[in-house]
Amino acid sequence: MAADSSLAHIEAGLDALETSPEPERGTLRRVVASALPPIVAVVLIVAVWQALYAAKIWPDWKLPGPSQVFSSLKDAYRNGDVWPAVGHSIGHGAVGFGASVAIGTPLGLLVGRFKPVRAGIGPIMSGLQSLPSVAWVPPALMFFGPTPAMLYTVVLLGAVPSIAVGVVSGLDQVPPLYLRVGRNIGARGLASVRHVLLPAALPGYLAGLRQGWAFAWRSLLASEIIVQSAGLGHSLGFLLKNAQDTNDMAGAFAAIALILAVGVAVNQLIFVPLERHVLKARGLA
Amino acid sequence: MTATIETAARPDRTGAAQTAVRLAGVGKSFRGGATPVLDGIDLDVAPGEFVCLLGASGCGKSTLLNLVAGLDSPTTGTVEVPSGRAALMFQESALFPWLTAGQNVELALRLRGLPGRRERRVEAERLLDLVRLRGSYDKRPHQLSGGMRQRVALARALAQGGDVLLMDEPFAALDAITRDVLHEELVRLWETTGLAVVFVTHNVREAVRLGQRVVLLSSRPGRVAREWRVDIPQPRRIEDKTVADLSVEITEHLREEISRHGR
Repeated sequence: MAADSSLAHIEAGLDALETSPEPERGTLRRVVASALPPIVAVVLIVAVWQALYAAKIWPDWKLPGPSQVFSSLKDAYRNGDVWPAVGHSIGHGAVGFGASVAIGTPLGLLVGRFKPVRAGIGPIMSGLQSLPSVAWVPPALMFFGPTPAMLYTVVLLGAVPSIAVGVVSGLDQVPPLYLRVGRNIGARGLASVRHVLLPAALPGYLAGLRQGWAFAWRSLLASEIIVQSAGLGHSLGFLLKNAQDTNDMAGAFAAIALILAVGVAVNQLIFVPLERHVLKARGLA
Repeated sequence: MTATIETAARPDRTGAAQTAVRLAGVGKSFRGGATPVLDGIDLDVAPGEFVCLLGASGCGKSTLLNLVAGLDSPTTGTVEVPSGRAALMFQESALFPWLTAGQNVELALRLRGLPGRRERRVEAERLLDLVRLRGSYDKRPHQLSGGMRQRVALARALAQGGDVLLMDEPFAALDAITRDVLHEELVRLWETTGLAVVFVTHNVREAVRLGQRVVLLSSRPGRVAREWRVDIPQPRRIEDKTVADLSVEITEHLREEISRHGR
């Protein structure tokens, strides 16, 4: 008994020595630390831009200054063009991305889990991923006409392969040791997929989703810029194309700034926190 | 020969199996391998016995454990685990990083079919308490030290509810002090739970420190070369003279086995 309690003490001592409390940083300091560098970067870019503009190398209609682009944005906002266009594009993007996830995830599981399927579809999937999705705009337009169905087709063809490839690489990166342990503790068949394979593949899957969104958003904007119709309404792509048609460089820059802002916002507000949460729980971030 | 195996493998009148693990003529070859990894292994492990398997690289120790754990099947011979359940531990704890320490233990309980979420929680806490990790239920594996992770893995193995514990060099990656403490902990758990333990190591002293029996395997192909009964009473310490003396003798044989391959 005495030996037992001395063992307990040694163990408690070792445990205490070998685990160090994680350093806690204040929320405010963390926010400042993560927000400051991008703000500085944006300020620097705008400063260079302003300097180029002030140097008058190009005429105003070729390179407008930051203030002109800003007032163009303000005008668009006053006219009530901004929010509907942003909402329109995000709406189409969200539906298209959601459908891509719904299709790409099971497709990736099939390809990742079954060798013959992988041998057959794998190369096609990787090939599709390298095909610029803009290439699908002409056939989709001929097939569906200028309708939302055409937009979604282009988005799906852009995002589904990328999401499926993400699932496959997530599955491939699962350490075989986890599967062996899973089998030993009694996870077979579906239980193994549910309790071991899927949670282990989650980080790779999330990276695939993030990339899938980027593909979806790019494909959507490409179609919106190329195809315009009453049925498709006023989107961000429409704003950009409209600026080109009226030879409004400041308006074009303003539209690009909006497109970029949506991309950055979706990434920073949804994907980055989600990935950080998952990786941090596993001690990977 | 076959007849004796069959009678011995059958549970006796009291219903308890006479052996925890029985290997008879076990051989294992992998495709493309010139020599078999294991060849004609006969080994019985009695219920509650602590057996250490000792051998140099290439003796097929890990392959042998995989066969007993049912993760692989032998090319020749038979492997029997009458209880049907042998828990396996590795050099890495192999805890699932997406679960907390407690959830890792609970998952094993759940997959074993223990009903009731609350019952499983209580049982998981009891098992963590048994390996002296009370209060670590909500810790993630990466927040624990290597020694603590192995203790959680031990709790998870206990949660599987079998009567055989297979350990594949479980302490090889730990520092000497932690390893020493875990030796003591393992012997304590073995004495309280009555599990049969098959412990694979290449560390002769560790084998003598822990086992009731030390089995030396030859390499390429893996065969039982020799075995020793260790009559030193527990509690032993790794620095005991009796442990050292037997280790010297066994090391001599191990070196002989190894040098055969250099000729």
